[in-house]
Amino acid sequence: MTAPSQDFRLPDVGEGLVEAELVSWQVAVGDTVQVNDIVCEIETAKSVVELPSPYAGIVEALLVEVGTTVEVGTPIIRIGSGAHPSEFVPNAAAAPSAEAAAAAEAAGDSPGTLVGYGPREASTQRRARRTGSARPGQHAAPTGPVLAKPPVRLAAREAGVDLRDVTPTGHRGEVTREDLAAPAAAPAPAAPAAPAARSFDVPPVQYTGRVTREPIKGVRKMMGQAMSASAFTVPHVTIWTTVDVTATTRLVARLKLDPAYAGVRVSPLLVLSRAVTELLRTHPLLNAVWDEAAQEVVLRHYVNLGIAAATPRGLVVPNIKDADLMTPPDLGRAINRLTDVARDGRTQPAEQQGGTFTITNIGPFGMEGGTPIINPGESAILAFGTVQKRPWVVSADGEDRLAVRDVCTLSLSFDHRHVDGASGSAFLAAVAGSLVDPSGLFS
Amino acid sequence: MPDLDPAVDYVQLLTPEGERVEHPDYSFDGDDEAIRGLYRDMVLTRRLDVEATALQRHGELGLWAQLLGQEAAQIGAGRALRRQDFVFPTYREHGVAWCRGVDPLQLLGLFRGVDQGSWDPTEHNFHLYTIVIGSQMLHATGYAMGVQRDGAVGTGDPDRDTAVVAHFGDGASSQGDVNEAFVFAASYQAPVVFFCQNNQWAISEPTTRQSVIPIYRRADGFGFPGIRVDGNDVLATYAVMQTALQRARDGGGPTLVEAYTYRMGAHTTTDDPTRYRHSDEVEHWKLKDPIARVESYLRRGAGTDQSFFDQVAAEAEELGVHLREGCKALPEPVVTDLFDKVFTETPAELEAQRSEYADYLASFEEVGA
Ligand SMILES: Cc1ncc(C[n+]2csc(CCOP(=O)(O)OP(=O)(O)O)c2C)c(N)n1
Repeated sequence: MTAPSQDFRLPDVGEGLVEAELVSWQVAVGDTVQVNDIVCEIETAKSVVELPSPYAGIVEALLVEVGTTVEVGTPIIRIGSGAHPSEFVPNAAAAPSAEAAAAAEAAGDSPGTLVGYGPREASTQRRARRTGSARPGQHAAPTGPVLAKPPVRLAAREAGVDLRDVTPTGHRGEVTREDLAAPAAAPAPAAPAAPAARSFDVPPVQYTGRVTREPIKGVRKMMGQAMSASAFTVPHVTIWTTVDVTATTRLVARLKLDPAYAGVRVSPLLVLSRAVTELLRTHPLLNAVWDEAAQEVVLRHYVNLGIAAATPRGLVVPNIKDADLMTPPDLGRAINRLTDVARDGRTQPAEQQGGTFTITNIGPFGMEGGTPIINPGESAILAFGTVQKRPWVVSADGEDRLAVRDVCTLSLSFDHRHVDGASGSAFLAAVAGSLVDPSGLFS
Repeated sequence: MPDLDPAVDYVQLLTPEGERVEHPDYSFDGDDEAIRGLYRDMVLTRRLDVEATALQRHGELGLWAQLLGQEAAQIGAGRALRRQDFVFPTYREHGVAWCRGVDPLQLLGLFRGVDQGSWDPTEHNFHLYTIVIGSQMLHATGYAMGVQRDGAVGTGDPDRDTAVVAHFGDGASSQGDVNEAFVFAASYQAPVVFFCQNNQWAISEPTTRQSVIPIYRRADGFGFPGIRVDGNDVLATYAVMQTALQRARDGGGPTLVEAYTYRMGAHTTTDDPTRYRHSDEVEHWKLKDPIARVESYLRRGAGTDQSFFDQVAAEAEELGVHLREGCKALPEPVVTDLFDKVFTETPAELEAQRSEYADYLASFEEVGA
């Protein structure tokens, strides 16, 4: 089998999109693919989309690095019989420079039409004749309108160049920016020099001496925007309390054996979540939001409980809608599902919107307390510290003695514009009390 | 999560588990062989849809509107038609087009942008796709009033009496055109069936925000019957449509049928539904898949053997190849053809414009190889 290799060019998966970022490769050089097997994931201005292969065969080269943004029409993967394995990977098309793109356009291989690359690969391109046999009444050059994109028209006007004096070299007889620089008939530009071959396993970061510059994008970008928006608009106050949660750890052990909780990963986080959803009813300010634009505090009669989750791609805060209406086993299942989905990096944007209160579970990192930043759109965030065995003074029958108890710290940050110290403390004290004696929560 | 199943009744004859159930007013009058036919239609329609979606991702189509999840609603409605009935589709009725004998490649031509719909509506009694939301409802009602004037209603001749189907979506129900069509159809007792595929979403807008009452109940206010059917149940959709169509042919006037279904895919290939809906919801509807329930009935209830399923799967593969290869071979449009689709007899002025434009196009030269 020596079928020629075929390049799959980046399609326009939206309507009129011009570029996309390559998010991940699902195949590697040497893999065999069938038609419509997913080869990669791309992110456009509109969506994240999986691309199926139009060809069956062996992957001979991946032509674009992960993290690179390339134009529609750029070859991204080469598939063939495997008879032409690429020792070199040209990486030719990745992020072409402006000049290369313009030159390519001038050479007529720009994807002017955004569908149907297949048949057009072999078809010819057309451009206006330089010396037209234009007949009167025709809309074509030299007397008709000259084709040029608006920015080029502006540049021409600013440079005092009459577009009709310029020899067009662009696609379909269009005047390009480069043509303006050479108003006297310029020779057709040479085909772009093939970019130097580049090894493919260079990580998608630029090295500039002693620092590494990583682009701010994706989950990191969202985290950055959300956190700085919150930190610099919301006056945060953080309070904390350390309590004996031995009764909670015993309750967790008991629930694990309860058939109603079959399949649920019962944990102290479930007990805390239950305490929070119950207590927000009587502490509505902590579940409210300060609406600056409307000059209103919006009290919400439902709880969408956010759980901050560390994922491979960064922090996400999905929330459980109407968590206050759930039975404890359902709440447990919802927490399990949310954390599983987050860990797999599959949390969807809709699942992160509309939260009313957030818990951040810092225990798994071994941390006791902190000063968490409030999730935008909410009034408070509760950090759940690690549960540790500690020496603790217990009082019984009027006598104090030291005992080994399960102890943890709860840290609450709240929006001091509408939640004052007394309301914040009352809520935190009530939550802490529920962990000291959780008997009322699960009855 | 809110319960997604409507608390109010809908007509269902085949449960998601593949069990056949009775309904006091409706029953499926075909045999197991007919059910196998419906199964085949649905599998091939789904394949057509999946293949077209992939072709868009290959860069071969400009756009595609997926029907994934709506196969039962469309095949049930499409197979209940008689030859002389006339259909006005939206842009998503690929399953109905299939039932009307339109070559799926012609659907691809439209979405590839090489033509503006190349099937002859009068040959298939299937109008061209309509993108302007709701306008086809008026066209259908007008056509149905024409059918009345032709005397092709209530004659008792099964090959003459004609019904018209107007397809629309839950989102379209908010359009003025749709409501105007309801008024006219009711006033004139036009032989039209308004078939709403309530797929729960109008792009990112949920049905619950479009209508505070179930859509089928709107018919009450206009003065004709409305009925809701499980749109993921092909047997029920077929039975309900058969009744509504016969009522129209007999001169009984319009009916609103709401097929309660779900758009499993994106609104179109340009849309990203993860931005506005939960994966839970999609997972929930997967359990109500329209094809899976028929397959499980055929295997357990009707004792259909594996060779049937293998054969349908092989046909689907063939269809996939036909579409992939055929799509790339679709002829490029001749731009001057645009002028030919405007008038039956082209006036001299337009003739002149055409030749002027042809000259203009000829002023370009071929470059490259
Ligand atoms: C008159 C008009 N307004 C707006 C649009 C843009 N648009 C295209 S599809 C759509 C949603 C239609 O939803 P629905 O009727 O539920 O049908 P579905 O797409 O779900 O099948 C809209 C608003 C349009 N095509 N026409």
